[in-house]
Amino acid sequence: MKLLGGLFAAGLAVLVWQAIVTLTDAPRFILPSPALVLETWFANRALLAEHTLVTGLEIVLGLLIGAGLGVITALSLAASNFARLTIRPMLVFTQALPVFALAPILTLWLGFGLGSKIAMAVLIIYFPVTSAFFDGLMRTPKGYLDLAETMGASPARILWKVRVPAALPALGSGLRLAAVYAPIGAVIGEWVGASRGLGYLMLLANGRAKTDLMFAALFTLGLLSILLYVVVNRVTLYALERHTPGQ
Amino acid sequence: MTQAPGVHIKGSAGFVAVSLFRNLDVTVGAGEWTCLLGVSGVGKSTILRLIAGLETGAVFDGSIETSDGASLDGRVAYMAQQDLLLPWATVLENVCLGARLRGERVDHARAKALIEDVGLTAHVAKKPHALSGGQRQRAALARTLMEGGQVILLDEPFSALDARTRADMQELAFRLLGGRTVLLVTHDPAEAARLGHRIVIMTEAGVATVAPPALAPPRPLDDAGYLAAQAALLQRLRVPA
Repeated sequence: MKLLGGLFAAGLAVLVWQAIVTLTDAPRFILPSPALVLETWFANRALLAEHTLVTGLEIVLGLLIGAGLGVITALSLAASNFARLTIRPMLVFTQALPVFALAPILTLWLGFGLGSKIAMAVLIIYFPVTSAFFDGLMRTPKGYLDLAETMGASPARILWKVRVPAALPALGSGLRLAAVYAPIGAVIGEWVGASRGLGYLMLLANGRAKTDLMFAALFTLGLLSILLYVVVNRVTLYALERHTPGQ
Repeated sequence: MTQAPGVHIKGSAGFVAVSLFRNLDVTVGAGEWTCLLGVSGVGKSTILRLIAGLETGAVFDGSIETSDGASLDGRVAYMAQQDLLLPWATVLENVCLGARLRGERVDHARAKALIEDVGLTAHVAKKPHALSGGQRQRAALARTLMEGGQVILLDEPFSALDARTRADMQELAFRLLGGRTVLLVTHDPAEAARLGHRIVIMTEAGVATVAPPALAPPRPLDDAGYLAAQAALLQRLRVPA
């Protein structure tokens, strides 16, 4: 039913798009028709696949590294008052900076290759994962903590055996958010300086007035992002249901 | 099994501007059930948390002593109104939680025997969401027994159960916790009248010890002494401060 709804919405969007092209008689380098974009997409499938692979790799690596760093940071923040006093203000400060503004610097430091794009994705993912997991760790139901305390548990064991499992749903939310943000980071990185990837292809196509190819790359990126979200969403929900059923 | 100690708590507690209770003097008899009866917000859970060594948010000025003079550390087990079963762990894992949290070797045979005592053998590998409210509270009881504490602190553990399950649970808990020192905090006069060797009533006016019914607990539900005590306790609770 959800799939049908999605297909219907997509069909409607294509119809509106085609209607605008027909009614305004827009030139193809301003707004190509859906049919032309589809045709270009098919004709350039090998090229698009090649660039998709690069962007996909950047996103997945960024997601893994960003989520890993986020989890480690949240655990240190939850475990230590000192970390909360020192790391937390830094975290807030880094969020006050527009991450996009860092893209040129990252390219300068890390070059035009994968590194700067992965770093960009990591930067963009890191905060939502840290923040969601840390919130979860700090919101363990008080009753569990009381019980663990009367049982004579050490803070480290309480963290590991009670607070972390109780915070997994929050971590799941953070990961789902990260899956949405990761492609943004990778593409911004590619815009600032790259020789491969869908973001690079979009800029290149735009510069040569190949608007149809730009649209084809944009839709590929959209599909890639949706696929990534669906996979992360399914996996986290499945894992959570296995771990803590009925919640 | 070593002899369960009695616990004596006296003193006052309160928040910055508000006094919670003054001149408290409660004795929890060794190896007995002491029922601390009171309406909500009167501070009875605070007393239990003080004995358990848990954070209360109140300032306590007084003393908590045991009849054998030894510290209560490691000798207390706590059971609350919520079963506090970890939703991601099976019944068996929940019952063994204390040992796992202390990093000790888990005595699975003993845990299984206790699970059998509370009638949950068929549910040993289930997670809490698959259990009824009564079954969950029985699993919590097995976890409390597994701790082996001599002083058992019960914070309204049966109050969320339906009438039949509650009566069953009261009898089961009474049987399985025999010989231990139990402090049961409750707002239910019937529960106090049924289970208490010693009944302490706590109102805004202060704390008083009430004579329990003549029969030994758990009293039959149709015992005249139990019914009269229940009515008398309810009346005392309703007297305005």
